[in-house]
Amino acid sequence: MLRSEQKPFEEILGYLEGEDKVFILGCDGCAQSSQTGGMPQVLATKQLLEGVGKEVAGYSVIDFLCEKALVASRLRPLEEKVMEADSLLVLTCGVGVQSVAAMVQKPVHPGCNTISLGGSRGEWRGSERCLECGDCLLHYTGGICPLTACSKGLRNGACGGASNGKCEVSREKDCGWEQIHERLREVGRLDQLKHFIPPKSWNKMRPRPEMLSTSLWALEQKD
Amino acid sequence: MALKDALESGKFAITTEVGPLKGTDTSEIVEVAGLLNGNVDGVNVTDQQSAVMRLGSLATCALLVEKGLDPIFQMTCRDRNRIALQSDLLNAHVFGIRNVLAISGDFPTLGDHIDAKDVYDLDSEQLIWTINRMNEGYDLAGNELQGKTDFFIGAVVKPVSDTDASFELQLAMMEKKISVGARFFQTQAVYDVDAFERFMKRAEQFKLPILVGIIPLKSVGMARYMNNNVAGVFVPEHLIDEMAKAEDKAATGLEVAARLINNLKDLCQGVHIMAIGWEKKVPQILQLANLA
Repeated sequence: MLRSEQKPFEEILGYLEGEDKVFILGCDGCAQSSQTGGMPQVLATKQLLEGVGKEVAGYSVIDFLCEKALVASRLRPLEEKVMEADSLLVLTCGVGVQSVAAMVQKPVHPGCNTISLGGSRGEWRGSERCLECGDCLLHYTGGICPLTACSKGLRNGACGGASNGKCEVSREKDCGWEQIHERLREVGRLDQLKHFIPPKSWNKMRPRPEMLSTSLWALEQKD
Repeated sequence: MALKDALESGKFAITTEVGPLKGTDTSEIVEVAGLLNGNVDGVNVTDQQSAVMRLGSLATCALLVEKGLDPIFQMTCRDRNRIALQSDLLNAHVFGIRNVLAISGDFPTLGDHIDAKDVYDLDSEQLIWTINRMNEGYDLAGNELQGKTDFFIGAVVKPVSDTDASFELQLAMMEKKISVGARFFQTQAVYDVDAFERFMKRAEQFKLPILVGIIPLKSVGMARYMNNNVAGVFVPEHLIDEMAKAEDKAATGLEVAARLINNLKDLCQGVHIMAIGWEKKVPQILQLANLA
């Protein structure tokens, strides 16, 4: 699950400068539930664009744009319209836009900004988040992640910024390290606070080579 | 006397701090340096204090070395990754700077460049550990340095907290900082002698010098502002009353600071005066406290 918000229309118009015809693509997955790229938003965008004199060569909503094979198979019947457009405006998350870019040899424009989930996953509404750091520290921190619970992501303990248990960054936010302290106290493991965690290898947070993006324009490759 | 020598000789050490301005004008710092010379054992230079961009701690410390003072190079983890931190430590050493104070640093959104990317590649404990390694002649990657550093490593602690968890965490952090190489501590500003005594009862087991923080009060508004906005600072009502009744607020603020120093000095090994704009009045505070 990724969440997105629509970019300001003025920004989108800026992307389309010098282009007359655009093909609009929406996504029936996360963008639909974010109400940023489902059919209603695609139709609204179409109307806005036509209102300023742009021609909409066609539009489609696919579930899901992040699935490249699906993008190719669903766009194939619309290929003529896609190819006659100057560009594609894609109303979905960054993954979907990249997926479309990989499948269609046309300029693509993002119509949305993907909002950080800060490491939360799926539809889970709890506060537990994972940054996929590749070097889990939860053993030392009472099962509360210091990278996500602490605003600064400090690994060895609290800074001096907390007031009444709230973070210096926002009084709405609990100090992650006070929560860690509380949990460790409850489970009788305060001794873990003495354990020094050496500098982290951020390298492990980079995606593995096999996950890096591919370039194929499969829509035009009929075989 | 250098800070390290003062602390090792058992002298009650006096440090203060200067905050560089936004821009290239150093005339005020040079003037303050002249006034402080001979009155203090060390001068902290803040590192982009409150996450507000300004002249750096490194250049200012180098200027203080030139003026015959012993600077304490404050280094936050907020703005630099481990490559830049280590390189700036080498730079500092080359400029004759011998004290470093490792701190996390206020989050960028508290300052004037709120869109800045926060770094925290290292945290303050890891920075202390890194400086210690450089003192031993190695960088973080394990490479040998051609010419090692010789830094006197300091750390900070907040002695008064509003939650038990925070109080206990501060003590645990202190212990961890010592275990990786911290040699002295400077504290957040203290106004409550009893609260500081409670902290020292727990902290004296570490047997390391602790310099208690003092911020002279300038007004009632300032005291209330700190109570509401500065973590770990608690100005008691009786001091606020004293300021409210004072005809000469500045004189009373300095007297209160001097009185606090005298009431706290038997509990610890030194004082760290953060004058926040009143740097030129530091010699006067020391005189009032009979420390000049």
